[in-house]
Amino acid sequence: MTLGPLLIGIYMFVLASFVGFEMITKVPPTLHTPLMSGANAISGITIVGSIAAATTGAPTVANILGALAIVTATINVVGGFLVTDRMLRMFGKKK
Amino acid sequence: MSHALIQSTVVPIIYLLSTVLFIFGIKQLSKVRTARRGNALAGIGMLLAIIGSLLELGWVDYRWIVGGMLVGTIVGAAFAIRVQMTAMPEMVALFNGFGGIASALVGMSVYWDLVVQQSASGRVYEALGTEAAVAVMLSILVGGVTFTGSLIALFKLQGSLKKGQPILLPARHFITFGLLLAAFVVGGVAVAAAASESVVWVLALGAASLVLGVLLTIPIGGADMPVVVSLLNSYSGVAASMTGFVIGNPLLIIAGAMVGAAGLILTQIMCVAMNRSLLNVLVGGFGVTEGGGGGASDEYTTVTSCGAEEAAMVLENAESVIIIPGYGLAVAQAQHAVRELADLLKARGTRVTYGIHPVAGRMPGHMNVLLAEADVPYEDLLEMDAINPEFKNTDVVIVVGANDVVNPAATKDPSSPIAGMPILNAHEARSVFVIKRSLSPGYAGIKNELFEYDNTMMIFGDAKKVLQDLIREVKEL
Repeated sequence: MTLGPLLIGIYMFVLASFVGFEMITKVPPTLHTPLMSGANAISGITIVGSIAAATTGAPTVANILGALAIVTATINVVGGFLVTDRMLRMFGKKK
Repeated sequence: MSHALIQSTVVPIIYLLSTVLFIFGIKQLSKVRTARRGNALAGIGMLLAIIGSLLELGWVDYRWIVGGMLVGTIVGAAFAIRVQMTAMPEMVALFNGFGGIASALVGMSVYWDLVVQQSASGRVYEALGTEAAVAVMLSILVGGVTFTGSLIALFKLQGSLKKGQPILLPARHFITFGLLLAAFVVGGVAVAAAASESVVWVLALGAASLVLGVLLTIPIGGADMPVVVSLLNSYSGVAASMTGFVIGNPLLIIAGAMVGAAGLILTQIMCVAMNRSLLNVLVGGFGVTEGGGGGASDEYTTVTSCGAEEAAMVLENAESVIIIPGYGLAVAQAQHAVRELADLLKARGTRVTYGIHPVAGRMPGHMNVLLAEADVPYEDLLEMDAINPEFKNTDVVIVVGANDVVNPAATKDPSSPIAGMPILNAHEARSVFVIKRSLSPGYAGIKNELFEYDNTMMIFGDAKKVLQDLIREVKEL
């Protein structure tokens, strides 16, 4: 049996989904908002795709779309992790 | 090291490391003790992923990449540092929207590059490859819906869009479902169209996805927004995963799918906390009495109110006090005042605890964050199931800016719109003080029977001001 790239992708998608399901089953409600925020920051992983989409300096439509994607994805990533950290810092400071 | 070796071995190993860090990160994010480290680990994973993607590219023109990342970092950091803790849910919605549109833009960019700019001959699926072509359309669709859906959710959370009330178009299910169907058809046509004529279809798909995001979110009331934000968070994961299929990147496929699944579970947990089914939430229109109804019974008749002085006298003799914080506390920035009052009472030997409803604030856990910010000891915060048996033996309950979560109608009146929603049984305490600005209804848009109970006293006013008055009165005892 040889798996084509699409099938490998689908395997990864399905298995990773199960990992995601299993990870979230036992979370105290306290952490729901920070967790949602942290997971949201991780979904900014699309930044990797956006970087590959703006690789020439030329002002073509594709590059402009790619650059916009980089800006928005970076906001998602940087803002997401910082805001999550700000929330979690609150829990850490109890004596 | 040759670039070929870097691409074939080094980069995949970096991506694998990054995936592992994401898994550890989410895992640790779900325990209070390790949550902060988990977030940092996930952040390092993201940094590795970015380094990996730059290595994968090799030597290219970095100007736009660096420029874009610089702008994004400044904007993202500025938002994250300046936002008030009370506006956290709005911030998550906004960031989520940006993540969604980024995925859609990547899909659009790949299509534009390979099909339009290279004037591809033949069909779109021949130029892109069938899988990538389908994935491009899906990332545009899911990303676009995530973007406008998140923005509407943001406005609803702020209350700036019709005060968060549901907006119900006539025949909305028909319109929404029709448009969704149309979007799939348009996407399908775009995949099969001749490359030279496909632009209009791809743009139509983009437009349809943006409108769809709006249509899906406007009928849902502000109270259900946390569920919607959580669901949209799941969508943005799926959009990232689709982008992974577009560019053939395993890291995106895996991380996106994980976030998609995790977001879905979290959404489900929130629905359970509010005793709503996900479908029920998504159909929308909650809190709107569709058959007329309501009317006279929404008026309050026997409400008693009192001032801080009387309340302080009751508190003087109380052995046990439970404080129930709600969003009103967050709005009034009263979390420090409430902690000060609790400290005062504790110093007098009173037992003070906090009853936290699963959806107190605007999202599960939001209230815990706010109270932690004000140095309220973590051990004092009790969840609903732990505190509900306590109310019977409690002298005083102080409800600060909460409404629907203490409405006994949820358990007593089967015809109430919130029937079956789990509530905090505040009404079972000997006396209940409700600090609230007015008798205006909460998110569910209905009257709260608790306010008419004989053992309930309303203290009208801004939560922070009333608490400060209470603190002063208690000090004078």
